[in-house]
Amino acid sequence: MTNIGKKTSLLTRRRALQGLGAGVGAMAATGVLPGLSRFAHAQSSAPIKIGFQMHATGIGAAYGRWYDRTTKAAVERINGMGGINGRPVEIVTEDDGTDPKRGAEVLEKFANQHGCDVAFGTLFSHVVIGSAPRAGELKLPYFVVSEGHHVASGMLNRYTLQPGITDVKSQVQSMAPFVAANLGKKVTMIFPDFAFGHDHRDFFTEAVTAQGGEVVAQIAIPPTETSFTRYFPNIPRDTDVIYHVMVGPAVLTFVKELGEFFGPSRPEIFGFIDSLEAVAINSPGLEFLEGTYFWEGNPRHAQADQSSHDKMYRAAVGVDDLGASVSDSKDVSTYAHMFGCWETLNIIKAGMEASGYQGPADRSKLIEAVEAMSDMPMSDDHPQGPKRFNGKTHQTFGVQYISKVTDGKLVVAHTASIDDGLYEDEVDYTTQSF
Amino acid sequence: MLASLEGAVTAAILALTAMGLSIVFGVMRVVNVAHGEFYMLGAVIAWWVAHLFGAHPAIGFVAALAVAPLLVGTLAGLADRIILQRIDYDPDRTIVATIGLLYIIQQGTLMTFGPDARPVEAPFNSRIALPWVEWGENGLAFFYPWGLSTTSYKLFVIAAAVVILLALWAFMTRTKTGLLMRATQQDRDMAQAFGVPVDRVYAYVFGLGAGLAAIGAVLVVPIQQAHYLMGHDPLLLSFIVVIIGGLGSLPGTIIAAILIGMSDGIISVFFSPTLAKIIATLLVAMVLVFRPQGLLGRSAA
Repeated sequence: MTNIGKKTSLLTRRRALQGLGAGVGAMAATGVLPGLSRFAHAQSSAPIKIGFQMHATGIGAAYGRWYDRTTKAAVERINGMGGINGRPVEIVTEDDGTDPKRGAEVLEKFANQHGCDVAFGTLFSHVVIGSAPRAGELKLPYFVVSEGHHVASGMLNRYTLQPGITDVKSQVQSMAPFVAANLGKKVTMIFPDFAFGHDHRDFFTEAVTAQGGEVVAQIAIPPTETSFTRYFPNIPRDTDVIYHVMVGPAVLTFVKELGEFFGPSRPEIFGFIDSLEAVAINSPGLEFLEGTYFWEGNPRHAQADQSSHDKMYRAAVGVDDLGASVSDSKDVSTYAHMFGCWETLNIIKAGMEASGYQGPADRSKLIEAVEAMSDMPMSDDHPQGPKRFNGKTHQTFGVQYISKVTDGKLVVAHTASIDDGLYEDEVDYTTQSF
Repeated sequence: MLASLEGAVTAAILALTAMGLSIVFGVMRVVNVAHGEFYMLGAVIAWWVAHLFGAHPAIGFVAALAVAPLLVGTLAGLADRIILQRIDYDPDRTIVATIGLLYIIQQGTLMTFGPDARPVEAPFNSRIALPWVEWGENGLAFFYPWGLSTTSYKLFVIAAAVVILLALWAFMTRTKTGLLMRATQQDRDMAQAFGVPVDRVYAYVFGLGAGLAAIGAVLVVPIQQAHYLMGHDPLLLSFIVVIIGGLGSLPGTIIAAILIGMSDGIISVFFSPTLAKIIATLLVAMVLVFRPQGLLGRSAA
C-alpha cells in the first residue's frame, strides 16, 4: 500500500515538473517576442513612457526629490511643445531606495510591467553599476544622470548612456590645475567610500600629480556615517588644501564638524558642492566656509551674468536666485546636478525624433541616433552650458564652474572649458552588438 | 585628548541608550529589537518640537528634552499594553513583535517625517580650542593647533548624561517605584503574590527604557541630525554594551558603555572607525565564549 502510494506521488511530481519546465520554455520562446512586435504596431498617439528610477528614499533622497521636480518640469515643457514625434511623454516613477539591488528590480518593472520605452534618471553610482547589467539584458536604453566614470570606463554596456552630465574623471581633471596653481600643492582628500568617491580619489590624485602637486592623505568615509570628527585627526599637519566631497543625509554635519575641527586656523579648502547639495550655504555653523572654493556643476546662486537659458530653466523648475524652492526658501535644491535630468530628457527627445522612434522595436535605432550626436550649443535645452557628447564612450563633456564663497554667496571664480576635461577614450561601445 | 573627548560623548549617549535596553531586559526579560527606533523617534520629535517653538534654539531644545522622552515613553508603554502583554511576554514572540514594531515606527516616520536628515540647533555651541605645548623655534611655546578643540555642547552632553544616570540610580534605589521594579526583576511571581501590580510595572519599565533612549537621542541630535534610519547603529552598539556588561546588570551596562565608547573614540581617531566596530564585535564574541553572563552578570541560575 505505502509503496504504491509513494510511487504514484513520485510520478506525479516528476510529471508536474516536466509540465512546468515546458511551460516556462514555451513562454520564453514565444511569449515575449509576439508581445513586442504587437506593441511596435501600436497606434502613434499612445504616450511615450519614460521610466524614472528615483532615489525617493535612502541616502539619495534629497537628490531624488529635486531630480523628480526637474524631470516633471522638463516633461511639462516637452509636452507643451507637442511631445515627442507627436506623442505625449509620460513619466513612470519608481523608488529604488538608493539601493543597487532594488535598482535592478525597478528596471525590470519598467521593461516588463509598465512597458516603458526607456529608463532614466539614476544618480548614485552604486545603483547605476547594479542596474546597468540588467538594462543590457532587458535591452532597455538606460540614460543615467550620475557623473560616475563607470560609463566612460567601459565597465557597462551599449544600452547605458550618460549624455546629460559630465563624469567625475573629467570634472576633477579640469579642477586640478586650478587647485594646484591657486590653493596649494599638498592636498588631503576626504571622500565617501564607494565607487563615486573612488573615482574622485583615483582621478584627482592622478590629475594633481600631473600638475606637480601631491596628495598627502586620502580619508575614506562610509557613505552612511553620521559623525565625522573622529576621521579628521588623520589630516596631516603639512596639508595646504583640503579637498572634500561627501554625500548622504549627514552632509551638513560633515561640513559643520570640519569647521569645528579647524577653528580659525584652517588650511585652504576646496570642496565639491556635493558636500552641501540641498543645504543652505548660510546654515549656522558654516560661517568658516567664507573664502573657500567649491566645484559646481551649475552655479546654484544666480550670477551677475546669468544667461537667459538659466533664467528660463530656474523658473520652470521653481527655483529662486539662491537655488532654493520658490515655495519654501529652506528647501534648497541640488542645483549642481539636477540640470542633468533636464538636458538628458531633451536629448532623449532629440534622439527619438532623429531616429523616428515608434516603439520598443526601435530602441537600437534610438541608441544609434544618440551615439551620432556630438556638439550641443548652450540653449533652453542645455541651460548649463554647451556639451560635447562622445558617442563611442557614451559620455558627455561640459564646462565646469569653480565658485568662491564671498559674503555668503557662491560667486563663480573660474570656468573650466570642455577641452580642459577631455581625456582619451577608454572604450568603444559602438563596436558592441545590440 | 580629542580621542578621549569624542569617546566620552559616544560613551555618554551609549550609556543612556543601553541603560534603557538593559532595564527592559532586566525587569521584563524582553529583548527589545525596536529600541533603536525609540531612539530615532526621540530625535525626530526633538526636531519637531524645536521646529514648533522656533524662537530661540535653547527654548526649543529644553522643550524637546522634556517632551520627547515623555511622548516616546507613553508610546512605548502603550505598545507594551497593546502588544507585548497580549502575547504574554513569550521570549520568541516578543522578539518578532518588536521587530514588527521596528518596521512600523521606521516606515511611519518615513511617511510623515520624510527621508531627509534634519538638523536641530544646539542651545549653545562655542568652539573651545585646547592649547598644546611644543618645543618650537623660540623654545617652549603654547599654540592652538587645528583639530585640538571641542565644543561646549559636547561637554554639556557628557555632564547631562552623568546627571541623568545618577538620577536614574537614585530612582531605582531610593523610591518605592524603583523598589517595585527591582522586586519584579528578582522574582516576578513572588512580587505578584505580594501585591505588586506587575502589569503596570512592566508598562512603566518599557516606557522608561524607551524614554531613556529618547533622552539620549535628544542630546545627540544637535551633534548629528534627525534621520529615519538613524536607529540602526545605536541598537547594535546597545546590544553590544548590554551583552558585554551582562544582561540586566545596570552597573555592568555603564562600565561596558564607557569601555566601548572610549575604545570606539580612541581607536577610530588613531586607526579607523571600521576597526573600532570590528574590535567591539570581537569583544562581544569573546565575552560570550569566556564569560557568557557578561562582566558583571550573575551566572545563570
